[in-house]
Amino acid sequence: MELFVFIVAGIGALAGALTLILAKNPVYAALGMLGTLFSLAVLYVTQLAHFVAAVQVVVYAGAIMTLFLFVIMLIGVDRAEDTSEKLTSQRYGAIAVLAGAVLFAGYLWLSGTFTWSLAASNGPPPVGSIEETGFLLFAEWLLPFEVTSLLLIVASVGAVALALFRPLRRSGK
Amino acid sequence: MELLLVIARVLLSFTIGLGVVVLLVWGERKVVADMQSRLGPMRTGPYGILQTVADGLKLLFKEQVTPSRVERFVFELAPFLSAVPALLLVLVIPFARPLEVTIGGEARTLQFAALDLNIGLLFILAMSSIAVYAVVLAGWSSGSKYPLIGGVRGSAQAISYEAAMGLAMVAVVMWSTTLPAVSDLGALSLSEIVLRQQTSFFGGALSWIPAWNVVPQFPAFVIFMVAIFAETNRAPFDMVEAEQEIVAGFHTEYSGMRFAMFFLAEYMNMFTMSALAVSLFLGGWGGPFLDQVGGLTATLLSFVYLLIKVAAVLFLFVWVRASFPRFRYDQLMNLGWKRLIPTALVWLILSTIVVSYRQFGAPWS
Repeated sequence: MELFVFIVAGIGALAGALTLILAKNPVYAALGMLGTLFSLAVLYVTQLAHFVAAVQVVVYAGAIMTLFLFVIMLIGVDRAEDTSEKLTSQRYGAIAVLAGAVLFAGYLWLSGTFTWSLAASNGPPPVGSIEETGFLLFAEWLLPFEVTSLLLIVASVGAVALALFRPLRRSGK
Repeated sequence: MELLLVIARVLLSFTIGLGVVVLLVWGERKVVADMQSRLGPMRTGPYGILQTVADGLKLLFKEQVTPSRVERFVFELAPFLSAVPALLLVLVIPFARPLEVTIGGEARTLQFAALDLNIGLLFILAMSSIAVYAVVLAGWSSGSKYPLIGGVRGSAQAISYEAAMGLAMVAVVMWSTTLPAVSDLGALSLSEIVLRQQTSFFGGALSWIPAWNVVPQFPAFVIFMVAIFAETNRAPFDMVEAEQEIVAGFHTEYSGMRFAMFFLAEYMNMFTMSALAVSLFLGGWGGPFLDQVGGLTATLLSFVYLLIKVAAVLFLFVWVRASFPRFRYDQLMNLGWKRLIPTALVWLILSTIVVSYRQFGAPWS
């Protein structure tokens, strides 16, 4: 059962990721991203991390929603993105990275000490994972948490500032 | 055995939800007709009670028109994205008092919520944020002006009011942590929140007054009610499908069963949101004489109490629809961002102070 859910959700996540990269229409790309994040949430549920799964859907679904709105309102409904390639050398780079990954996987496989860990959800269900998450976030990692939120605020204020307050052009008036 | 119980619980939830929806569609038309001195549906069955069934059959056999400029895949996906979260939401509502039974010599407690999640409220928020996609995708994929306007309006509205709704919920959850715990599910579980409201603040002659959250959390209750009107796209917040301006909003291009799924989802959401308001604030299935009768009778009685409360909230929905004109879009955004969210934040802070005082005592002690 768990393996079945893992396979289905994994395929969903990969298909979503491929759609995100390959789709010509930005709305479909955002939709693919939604599919990936939702599949990840399903995977969290199989790992008994219900709280993380719910937060994943709540937070990311809201975030992609705004992405949708940006796509629809800024880019326009009917126009697809300009997909002609600007960096022609990146193909060779991608091939090199892929070859490296294959080589590394082969090395892991040959060295023979690498085992998949499948037993994550066999333990007792983590009771009160909400409390634990909250405690970790607000006691142990309080400073990184606050700094991250400050960073996000600075980023959004900066985006608004860049978009709204352009230097006035002299147009003869 | 476990599996059978789960299937039975899910079927029970769906049956109750769909049954209420069928009656709700008819009831709304009758009540609005009454408020406007009309008769409403009269010809199908006594007092037209079979009107919804007749409409449903008609929609089932109608042709499904697909306009030529739609994005086909998303166009067909959107009705399901709307109906599935609506159906899933019904599963977390606790319908009746838990029943203590003995099955095969083993004492156990039957819960009447199909999903007893320890993250119940977060699940509700997650599902309602999935449901927003139905509106915006239906609007976008229809490839026509009015649905697009309706979809963009709908998503903006839902994002704005979901924040206020979530803040009101947080205040309730924090308040209910101060009430004595009943099960080990934690204060985010809906069944647990309902169970914790069955106690009383008073002793002696006043102990029949229940500890419903609506009294200590009254501002949160008001915010929550306004927010669920907006979340379910009901009048006076029905900008999404404002008939006089944008034909039928996001589902203009839909017909037949696809339209019926949007319709079903809207009314299902009305029912679940009302049941949610009742469970969070009005004591859920609680009511008088439950402890005295006990057993199966108490469970059935508690179900009747829940239905009465939900019917009252649903009547409020219809009443407001018949009484108030629609908001303008800027008024809607003003109300959401400049009134509701700040009020909810201030109330959350005040409520937190009270909660921490109740839990930890005065700071100088």
